[in-house]
Amino acid sequence: MALAEICNISDAPYMKMRNFTTSDLEQESQRYVSNLMNPYVLQAPPFENPVENLNKIQASSDKTGIKIEFDHGTTTLGFKYKGGVILAVDSRATGGQFIGSQTMKKIVEINQFLLGTLAGGAADCVYWDRVLAKECRLHELRNKERISVAAASKIMANIAHEYKGMGLSMGMMLAGYDKRGPGLYYVDSEGSRTPGNVFSVGSGSIYAFGVLDSGYHWDLEDEAAQELGRRAIYHATYRDAYSGGIVRVYHMTPNGWINISNTDCMELHYKYEEEKKNKKH
Amino acid sequence: MSILAYNGGCVVAMRGKDCVAIATDRRFGVQAQTIETDFEKVFQFNPRMFVGLVGLQTDILTVRDRLMFRKNLYETRENREMQPARFAAMLSSFLYEHRFGPYFIEPVIAGLDPKTLEPFICNMDLIGCPNVPDDFVVAGTCGEQLYGMCETLWKPDLEPNQLFEVISQAMINAFDRDAISGWGATVYIIEKDKITVKTLKTRMD
Repeated sequence: MALAEICNISDAPYMKMRNFTTSDLEQESQRYVSNLMNPYVLQAPPFENPVENLNKIQASSDKTGIKIEFDHGTTTLGFKYKGGVILAVDSRATGGQFIGSQTMKKIVEINQFLLGTLAGGAADCVYWDRVLAKECRLHELRNKERISVAAASKIMANIAHEYKGMGLSMGMMLAGYDKRGPGLYYVDSEGSRTPGNVFSVGSGSIYAFGVLDSGYHWDLEDEAAQELGRRAIYHATYRDAYSGGIVRVYHMTPNGWINISNTDCMELHYKYEEEKKNKKH
Repeated sequence: MSILAYNGGCVVAMRGKDCVAIATDRRFGVQAQTIETDFEKVFQFNPRMFVGLVGLQTDILTVRDRLMFRKNLYETRENREMQPARFAAMLSSFLYEHRFGPYFIEPVIAGLDPKTLEPFICNMDLIGCPNVPDDFVVAGTCGEQLYGMCETLWKPDLEPNQLFEVISQAMINAFDRDAISGWGATVYIIEKDKITVKTLKTRMD
């Protein structure tokens, strides 16, 4: 260390040996595993003021060739009626016009009394639904009571609000059954959160609404309600290029959710066609 | 989105033993919205020659009419049937005429020579660069998928019934991976003494 003394730097902070304490080590390692411990810690984009600059990058994607856009094609619907809540969704995942999957699960089973539907960015929806599932379970353990649909949807809306303007793309419905009865909320990445009786989300939603609105009634029987959901999604898959695959129908009852059916669109199409033919004669 | 993919659709043609086949999907859409499911993109120009046109629907209809006019003019003047190879040359120069403002279509020709009965298949890009291979040609929004299917299923000297099976499977499995093609398919098998037309039962989503 003689050289350091001659140079008069032996007291400089960078010459001192560091004694790592356990908490230092913890802090250090936290920095490298960010969202492993805390799901809300996401890496910031590598430039400042992301809310403004992220949009600029996305707006000029044609020129730069940097595209951060995700699949948007989907049809999902949900409605409340006297027997609970019906959720019905398609199962197609597209990247542009390419069909990446025909068997995607767009209904997430958060717990026995809570279901979420996905539309928009698949990764965004799946990730935050998982986080929501964790929060709901923690709520249950802390309060010895299941979380209400209202509270669960509020958690989701708060997450959406936190990341508003950063390019998250989600349009989800949360359906559940709590002490207030059946619950249905629409939450999206713009931060909006609304309770309601009838919702449809996604590129095929306009077609689904057409069927849904003409057949919807509060006093529907269980079977008729399930069939209405199924039919609405089928018609959306027929008209909308970005919806298709399997029609999945879920029913939220006072005793939790039931998966009613998962039917291939092709089977449905030729079944409905047959029924139409028989009606004519 | 490209103008060529505005309406969606695809066509494929294949050579067999003394026969050719050409297949088309039946969708007519505007971007994501499916308008009709009985729009065929293959047209019969001669007893043993079919032309498939994919791309922008308005241009498909225009090009089909203008080609029919030119072909009829040729046949009345020459007083004989136009061979598929001559037709391809005519179509190529017709498309190149619009080099700086092209029709947004990609054509596929399939037929038998009226005299020699030699099978002929051909496709072009939108400004008329011809491609005359001896196996298969594809066009449309699921061209990559079609190439993959044809490359694996096709082999030389297929009999008409085998050729039908191969072209149908290639078509269906290709457009099932494309959002804007499908909604039914029609296959034409062209032999020297008969034309067989078959519609396929496909997914309608």
